[in-house]
Amino acid sequence: MLILRPPRIHPSEITDEALFWNRRLFLGAAVGALAAAVPSALAASRLPAPRSRDDELTPYDDVTTYNNFYEFGLDKRDPSRNAHTLRPHPWTVRVEGEVHNPKVYDVDELARRYPAEERVYRLRCVEAWSMVIPWLGFELNRLLKDVEPTSHARYVAFQTLHDPDQMPGQRSGVLPWPYVEGLRLDEAMHPLTILVTGLYGKPLPNQNGAPLRLAVPWKYGFKSIKSIVRIRLTRDQPPTTWNLAAPREYGFYSNVNPDVDHPRWSQKRERRIGELLRRPTLMFNGYGDQVASLYAGMDLRRDY
Amino acid sequence: MMGRGTGDGGRGQTRWRWRLAQAACVAVVLVPAALIVVDLLRDALGANPIEEITHRTGDWTIRLLIGTLAVTPLRRLTGWNPVVRFRRTLGLLAFTYASLHFLTYAVLDQGLFLQGDVLGYLGEDIAKRPYITVGFTAFVLLVPLALTSTKGWIRRLGTRWTALHRLAYVAAALGVLHYLWLVKGDQVTPVWYGVALVLVLAPRVGWNRRGARAVASVPRGAVGPVVPAEFLSKAARSVETR
Ligand code: HEM
Repeated sequence: MLILRPPRIHPSEITDEALFWNRRLFLGAAVGALAAAVPSALAASRLPAPRSRDDELTPYDDVTTYNNFYEFGLDKRDPSRNAHTLRPHPWTVRVEGEVHNPKVYDVDELARRYPAEERVYRLRCVEAWSMVIPWLGFELNRLLKDVEPTSHARYVAFQTLHDPDQMPGQRSGVLPWPYVEGLRLDEAMHPLTILVTGLYGKPLPNQNGAPLRLAVPWKYGFKSIKSIVRIRLTRDQPPTTWNLAAPREYGFYSNVNPDVDHPRWSQKRERRIGELLRRPTLMFNGYGDQVASLYAGMDLRRDY
Repeated sequence: MMGRGTGDGGRGQTRWRWRLAQAACVAVVLVPAALIVVDLLRDALGANPIEEITHRTGDWTIRLLIGTLAVTPLRRLTGWNPVVRFRRTLGLLAFTYASLHFLTYAVLDQGLFLQGDVLGYLGEDIAKRPYITVGFTAFVLLVPLALTSTKGWIRRLGTRWTALHRLAYVAAALGVLHYLWLVKGDQVTPVWYGVALVLVLAPRVGWNRRGARAVASVPRGAVGPVVPAEFLSKAARSVETR
């Protein structure tokens, strides 16, 4: 189980020697392959495999410059360049729907009520890359318990801010806006599911979904919705953005599953950012011991 | 810098000038590849360098393929015949980028030669992911074109050379389709490439039709793909002057 609480980490300490050598190996192999393709690639194969101290933290710079956040552009580097237009303070989150105590929270109030703890999670994108990120946040179940779900509540729907002035990407029609996501209530109550307020011991950068985002580490990254303004408990399964955009490609559950391929990406392997060679993808992103029971009796090929 | 080869300085000098122009063309077009290496060494390719290399080489492949196919219309439009000498050079450069693109995918991205058991993944990708199937087909089509681009092959294949090299149209179209199918969300850029491809291919339809009617009465020295023998001797001549 990967819930580590390392001492506070400073970004300057992140690019440690092992990662440095990974990069070196990568450069060697890449230059070789580009320059003389097959022969030098063969030579590179004689190099020792990049060291796998299995789940090293992904460097802060990579975590904050390689983002899928279409509200700020389609290129992975766009959000880090464009997200300065987002104003994460002041910010309120409306919690409503099938609850006894609907409430509008100020994010600062949330931070006071639920002190942040550090959680180191793997993040697996549906595009077959992954990172290891030290999030700061609190368990979503704490907030949900405080608003007291009614007996009808079965799902939780999340919504991102909809404001093209702050999120210029929303002027384009690539996705239906605002971005929405959803979880089954038991998934939302699971102790691994957290609301994130920071990373690497710092407040959450805009491009990573400031001021408040979700992290559901056993599901593909797009389930972990960013810049949340509304959390609504519902009776019925709520719509989710990528499922609306391409239902055959993205299901409601979207659990990390090496046996169910996306039409565009094999999900059997993944590239950990910073590493050259792909590694096998683990069922539920390696969190099966904690979460597999949520799906007992379900056919995850059908409910992908 | 590119003389029209009127022969004022003698055949030798003209040939030398063309060679220089070709070399300059190659050097300029290889700049993006060099920049990839530079950025790689500076660690300036972002968090996922392999993806960045794939994208850059893919972009240049499609640009150069369309660029190669633009040579003939450009020549018809401007009447500046010597431009055709750059067609083969551009075509081979397109093939170079296509090869880099494919090798980036196969070796760096999928781990061919670097990691065991990769062929299975490659085969599965090529068979199961439509955008890879289409890209791979485009690449495979380019291989015989690159191999038969020499003077010797042009002679040996005769009229069949022209027919064979029409595969370049198919490869470029498949390249655009590949791009259309791989993007997630934003279809705008590949559509523009599609428009560009249609624009460079469309004039050929008109010429061919007009050409078919005019075949009987082609004046000597007329230029046109409809007259393969004429076209070929031109092509051969343009190769000779290199
Ligand atoms: C003539 C042939 C080809 C052309 C013109 C071509 C062109 C392109 C272009 C324009 C891109 C997108 C670049 C960008 O987003 O900026 C691309 C991406 C890509 N191509 Fe190709 N390509 C060709 C062949 C191939 C082949 C043979 C393969 C592999 C077997 C391949 C695999 C890929 C992959 C994996 C991507 C990246 C996809 C992603 O990021 O999701 N391509 N290609």
